[in-house]
Amino acid sequence: MPQNYRFFMLAVILCIFFLLMVVVPVVYAERKVAAFMQDRLGPTEAGPHGILQPLLDVLKLLEKEDIIPANADKKLFAYAPVVIFAAVLAGFAVIPISPNIISSGAYLGVFYLLAIISLDIIGLLMAGWGSNNKYAVLGAMRSVGQIVSYEIPAGLAVLSVVMICQSLDFQEISFQQGILMNQFAGLENETNYLFGLKALGIDVTNIGGITTWNIVRMPFLFIGFVIYFISSLAECNRAPFDIPEAESELVAGFHIEYSGFRFGALFLAEYSLMVLVSLVAVILFLGSWNTPLPNMGTVTFANWTTGKVGAWSGNLWGIFWLLSKTLLLLYTQIWIRWTYPRLRVDQLMHLCWKVFTPIALALVLLSGIWRLLMI
Amino acid sequence: MAYISNKYNNSFGSVVSALTKGMKLTLKHFFNAGKRHEATYVNDKNYFNQTEGLVTLTYPYEAIPVPEIGRYRLHNEIDDCIVCDLCAKICPVNCIEIESIKATEDIGLTSDGTKKRLYAATFNIDLAKCCYCGLCTTVCPTDCLTMTKVYDFPETDVKNMIYHFTDLSPEQAQEKKQKFEKQQEELTAAKAAAIRAKQNEKKS
Repeated sequence: MPQNYRFFMLAVILCIFFLLMVVVPVVYAERKVAAFMQDRLGPTEAGPHGILQPLLDVLKLLEKEDIIPANADKKLFAYAPVVIFAAVLAGFAVIPISPNIISSGAYLGVFYLLAIISLDIIGLLMAGWGSNNKYAVLGAMRSVGQIVSYEIPAGLAVLSVVMICQSLDFQEISFQQGILMNQFAGLENETNYLFGLKALGIDVTNIGGITTWNIVRMPFLFIGFVIYFISSLAECNRAPFDIPEAESELVAGFHIEYSGFRFGALFLAEYSLMVLVSLVAVILFLGSWNTPLPNMGTVTFANWTTGKVGAWSGNLWGIFWLLSKTLLLLYTQIWIRWTYPRLRVDQLMHLCWKVFTPIALALVLLSGIWRLLMI
Repeated sequence: MAYISNKYNNSFGSVVSALTKGMKLTLKHFFNAGKRHEATYVNDKNYFNQTEGLVTLTYPYEAIPVPEIGRYRLHNEIDDCIVCDLCAKICPVNCIEIESIKATEDIGLTSDGTKKRLYAATFNIDLAKCCYCGLCTTVCPTDCLTMTKVYDFPETDVKNMIYHFTDLSPEQAQEKKQKFEKQQEELTAAKAAAIRAKQNEKKS
């Protein structure tokens, strides 16, 4: 057991390190992209083109005094960032990075992920309530209301993918979406048909590329992808669903009283959650770590850009494709944030309950029927 | 729930097209980020035609040129100054402080040929008080007091906002003063001697 414990700590430290490698550039990109879209320059002073800005921001946060308000509920206040960050970090455990690399190949990965991210809400409530500040409580309540609501359409969209793939294992879902499918234990005899329709009779198992991505295997999953993506924006409190933080109304929402390291943890958790939901969107809908290039006759793009399972080539290509798709989605998140104004609370709830939930329910039904056509 | 009727078309198609339009707009600005607005003066031909690119100026490194006749920091070319005190008299906020000493010898001409007769023991302009009206520069007979293009001269101590333009050190000023007083004494003595001599002449 002690050895296991040590291994676990190592995994956590590695995970945080890799997370920082992604999150820090995303923070920088957020500032630069925002600036460019608003015809500004963004950070320019710290390092060439200001690339050291996010690092210096983190350093500044670490230096700052950790202020706990006199009337705050000190225990809740102190542990809320830990709960929030731990919940988000734990989600990364089941994310496959390449055909070989996955921290935990849990059979119930998808279920676990949805469950563990929901823990985030408890942290938000703890932070809001513990701060003993009206803005913080309002922000936390809005946040919880929003996240709980949007988990339903997001969960239903994920459910339709699960029904198409017949698996809750992220790695199995990933393998299904590319030319390596038959190399996964249990999928040796499976066949991918174009649009998933056996009746069409076009075997794309060895063509791979974009033809085997989930949004092509079941074209209506594109709607699912849009629903999931928009809901995920709401789940990470991103604009245009940032009413929990609404700078102009609530100052900063639930994290208004936080400073120093604790604020840094909340900030990091927020950006990590962005990365996590984008990763999940890529894995479930956009072909995971599989290449988008299909094999075309003798020009075997898919084989060239996939590599071998277990070899360096397979891992590097996997990481490359997964990361580039994720970064594209992250860019879209930033792009949306600096384009659209914030939704009103009733518009937010209208969109969730009256638009997304019915469509997602219909999608689940359709996915069930589609699955019958796939076998 | 009753919706407030609005003038907008809320159909799915129009909403989606409106959303795409917004996204396209920001994307266009993003891809134009390689261009920069030029830091040109307002009378430049292109000044109002620059519609694309980033507008930010990295100020200490770049700046929009200031007008030729702009009113910014004062400068006094002391070599051309005849210490006439006109500027100090016209100043509405009394920010110019001048103390003059009459020269005992010939101290030359200004660059426009005016004869200089006074030394400036003190020529201080307190730019913290200055209201940048420019009246002093208009009254200056030798055009030695001018407004420059420098507008960025903050100081951490307000005392440093007082600019000293005199070219005399306090010791030199003291020396000139003594020389002048000595000359005055000699003159009075000479005058007194002359009067006495005249009186003596009358008596005799």
